[in-house]
Amino acid sequence: MLVSLNWLKQYVNTQDLPNEELAERITRSGIEVDAVIDRASGIQNVVVGYVESKEKHPEADRLNVCQVNVGEDGIQQIVCGAPNVDAGQKVIVARPGAKLPGGIKIKKSKLRGQESNGMICSLQELGIEGRVVPKAYAEGIYVLPEDAEVGSDALAYLGLRDTVLELGLTPNRSDALSMLGVAYEVAAILSEDVKLPEISYTTSTEKAADVLSLRVDAIDANPMYAAKVVKNITVKESPMWLQERLMAAGVRPHNNVVDITNYVLMEYGQPLHAFDYDKLATKEIVVRYAQDGETITTLDGQERTLKSNNVVITNGKTAQAIAGVMGGAESEVSDETTTVVIESAYFQGLSVRQTSKEVGLRSDSSARFEKGVDPNRVLPAAERAAQLLAELAGGEVLEGTVLVDELSKEPARVVVSPDFINNRLGMKISLEEMLDILNRLQFKVEAANGVLIIDAPTRRQDIKIEEDIVEEIARLYGYDEIPTTLPASNVAGRLTPYQAARRTVRNQLEGVGLYQAVTYSLTSAALSQKFALQAEDTTRLLMPMSEDRSTLRQSLIPHLLEAASYNVARSQENVALYEIGSVFLGKTAEELPREVEHVAGIITGKWVDHAWQGEKKQVDFFVLKGIVESVFAKLSLQNRVTFVKAQVDGLHPGRTAEIQLDGNKVGIIGGLHPQEQKDLDLKDAYVFEMNLAAILAADTDVLTYKPVPRFPAMTRDVALVLNSDTAAGEIVAIIEKAGTKLLKDVRVFDVYEGDKMEAGKKSVAFSLTFFDPERTLTVEEVEAAYNKVVAALAEARAEVR
Amino acid sequence: MEAQLQQLEQEVLAKIEAAADLKSLNDVRVAYLGKKGPITDLLKGMGKLSAEERPKMGALVNTVRESITEKLEAKKALLEEAAITAQLEAESIDVSLPGRPANVGNRHPLTRVIEEIEDLFIGMGYEVAEGPEVEKDYYNFEAMNLPKGHPARDMQDSFYISDETLLRTHTSPVQARMMEKKKGENIRMICPGKVFRRDNDDATHSHQFMQIEGLVIEENVSMSDLKGTLGVLAKKMFGDEREIRLRPSFFPFTEPSVEVDVSCHKCGGKGCNVCKATGWIEILGAGMVHPNVLEMAGYDSKKVSGFAFGIGAERIAMLKYGVDDIRHFYTNDVRFLEQFHRTEQ
Repeated sequence: MLVSLNWLKQYVNTQDLPNEELAERITRSGIEVDAVIDRASGIQNVVVGYVESKEKHPEADRLNVCQVNVGEDGIQQIVCGAPNVDAGQKVIVARPGAKLPGGIKIKKSKLRGQESNGMICSLQELGIEGRVVPKAYAEGIYVLPEDAEVGSDALAYLGLRDTVLELGLTPNRSDALSMLGVAYEVAAILSEDVKLPEISYTTSTEKAADVLSLRVDAIDANPMYAAKVVKNITVKESPMWLQERLMAAGVRPHNNVVDITNYVLMEYGQPLHAFDYDKLATKEIVVRYAQDGETITTLDGQERTLKSNNVVITNGKTAQAIAGVMGGAESEVSDETTTVVIESAYFQGLSVRQTSKEVGLRSDSSARFEKGVDPNRVLPAAERAAQLLAELAGGEVLEGTVLVDELSKEPARVVVSPDFINNRLGMKISLEEMLDILNRLQFKVEAANGVLIIDAPTRRQDIKIEEDIVEEIARLYGYDEIPTTLPASNVAGRLTPYQAARRTVRNQLEGVGLYQAVTYSLTSAALSQKFALQAEDTTRLLMPMSEDRSTLRQSLIPHLLEAASYNVARSQENVALYEIGSVFLGKTAEELPREVEHVAGIITGKWVDHAWQGEKKQVDFFVLKGIVESVFAKLSLQNRVTFVKAQVDGLHPGRTAEIQLDGNKVGIIGGLHPQEQKDLDLKDAYVFEMNLAAILAADTDVLTYKPVPRFPAMTRDVALVLNSDTAAGEIVAIIEKAGTKLLKDVRVFDVYEGDKMEAGKKSVAFSLTFFDPERTLTVEEVEAAYNKVVAALAEARAEVR
Repeated sequence: MEAQLQQLEQEVLAKIEAAADLKSLNDVRVAYLGKKGPITDLLKGMGKLSAEERPKMGALVNTVRESITEKLEAKKALLEEAAITAQLEAESIDVSLPGRPANVGNRHPLTRVIEEIEDLFIGMGYEVAEGPEVEKDYYNFEAMNLPKGHPARDMQDSFYISDETLLRTHTSPVQARMMEKKKGENIRMICPGKVFRRDNDDATHSHQFMQIEGLVIEENVSMSDLKGTLGVLAKKMFGDEREIRLRPSFFPFTEPSVEVDVSCHKCGGKGCNVCKATGWIEILGAGMVHPNVLEMAGYDSKKVSGFAFGIGAERIAMLKYGVDDIRHFYTNDVRFLEQFHRTEQ
């Protein structure tokens, strides 16, 4: 909402406050002033001129050489390129030395050899948006009315010595979508009165009801419809003051009839529509629901197809307007119009909103109806329009109003106690102060039996409940006055065990060198199930903005790969990232996908890069496996995890494992498939993804101390010749099973495959640690346990070297 | 014999002096003080002496032996010290050479902001609640006093999955679920999480972002409690000198509703480019829980009251760290992420 202060001051005394201060007061009381716009800012030395003569430029077809009377300095030659410039016009002249918006300075100059002492201006050149400039002048200079005084300040004449406040209105404050609404707000802030427009005009003896009948067949959507009939009007350009007001409000002037309806819309917030009475042709208005498929050509020349829930204004036969949204072309006011019907109606917000959405048309009218207009302004607005038509279009207003009215105009009553208000605010505002604020707001209030009985005016549709009054009191009393306290009771807060453990996982992954990434939950359908631990039905948006963000992901890996690829493309070759986030699987009874929190990671590039001591190591499977194992160690789960060779689409078939916790799959780890690496421009990359929720759900023993060993441990080594494809993990399992309770640890300490081994064979050496917490073991005991292991290995055909 | 002894002493002392390392020193010790050495021989020869001379001579031999031993020890200490000095010299390194890099990662800045806020509120007795990213229309909108057909819930602004489900547009549904679960009991919670709006990604918009909302429901909770709580938050995030101010605003789920500004952390309120010369920066929206929201969840709005607030983690991080483009948070450029190593309290 754009509020011209010159216009506003017609209704309320702003106490000569500086504009910025007024804006601040309005903002701090609840309506945010987004901008304070000085319309004359950056403009200097612009006067009214009179074009005495116009001749074609001798050397340029499109230019004219004009002799312009600019007042004190007499007649000046100005070269003008506008197609509509002509002798006998009053025009806007920027004199040499003038400044125009955008830092433009006007100097004396020569244009193709012809002297030019200034510039004849369009409105756009004075900073007025092209979309609000009257169509007749949109492509050229602006021609001023004849009463403009030559040599005088053109800005003053054009009403540009004005400041406009741009209000950023919240949806509840639709009352401020009108100049009067803003006037009431400012009046409340400044403790001033509001001066309403005085409406008076003489009516003809002819009665409106005799020339127009009215029926409303959609009373639920249109509980009130008022029509005035005005005869013998002359459609012409509006007077300057009216055009100025509209342009300041961001509305393009058209002709006096349309301008008057727009002016009243801006003044009262009540949308109006003017029909050409003769084009209606039936002397009848019928408001009804449209038929499915019924069409209407609206004022913008578009044909619209309607549905049966849309309300239309008809002439008893065909649709002449879409109720509350836009008028129809058929009965549009034109230069030839002599009799108009002014519609001022109340259309229900929900109905207008639906229709406006369905036909894809939003207008100043629909925006106001949607939010709810003031039922008590429907009639005054109609009267105001009639008055202006009489004054500005020479119209003859027929007596009376053609009316259907079943609309309640009762104010909303709110009963609230001062204690309730003070409790909610944590303040001690006195009853007198509360009454003062409510009076300034022009709310009718009565204090009785410890409560305030308040009738909020109908312009304030947002006041319904006690809390609304709390807000009104608070915002006008001043939020700065609210003290600062903390809620009284004492309770303890903490993270849930899950949240705490998740932080442990983050700390561990970061501690070993991974950066936390955050990527999008939405991905393409093609990527949504890639690398999924468990592919289930996917969840897709009804109306995606793009295919790339259409489907919820079932794995975190694709976006981590994208991030790695992004970094590598920017010469960041060493990338180590992890992410914790949800994947979205199938559908529950609640119709929502199952959201499971996963943790995933990617490493690529060098893991160790310590060049001068000759230590360099590219990432490999075992670097990432070690990281994953460290996470399990942090969760005391290290002895319950196994890695089992597996196949996963997109991962290297020889370098991929399923991660199992207590024998159940909880994740995958592996090298990226060479083809994928090529596609993503990555070198060796390794990834993992695990079901974090499942891992953190694993029961663990209560953390208890175990005595530190007091007796020495003994180790025995065993080297085995194995088939190349035998997993070391299988052998460890055999050793652990056979090693009796004295065996405390088994480690692989050497793997050899090469020249000295038979083809298809490898040597793997294990170190076995034996230990008894109660005593020092004898050599014989250890030997016996070791022999059991060797026997078990022999049985499994693992040959001891 | 006495003369012989003195000569021997001179001889040994000269050899001790000449010993260049611990080994030759040890050789001297073995040669002279050893079982086969001349001192031992002298002592053995004592039997031939008279009873009168024997103690005198014995004392003399012992003196010489002690003197030699003393010298040996002194020389040994010297040589040991020299050996250590030599070792230290040999082992000296160029400490300015780079160390073996230890890999370090760190939290994403958004998680940092969220965890800082979590910890602050845990300290004030709040629990941290989480909920699904795909929500029922009921929890996301209806339970938040946004009935069907409400202008503020345009299909165009949200990612719907079906008529009844959508990607949550705020973390408020977590509040709705908590209220439903608590069945009228007091609540103190914050709920961080990902939320989604139908926006084209650009420098200031992201279709996915992080929100942290807070909710307190108790008897007699007031706007002043809200103001106090948010003041603590502002100081924690932007420094102890920060002040806040409330401006009236509108949200369907709170009444009264406020926008909260914090005094500019960059200029201290004097006015700069960060605060657009106003001295204040808008950081969050808040308000007293709308009675409809309380009633829908089974709370008696005449008996209890509540306050709620919602913060954008990106906005806080952008202001706090001076990040100029919201997309940085989601491209995961290592050169961006590695700037957030340090912890701040």
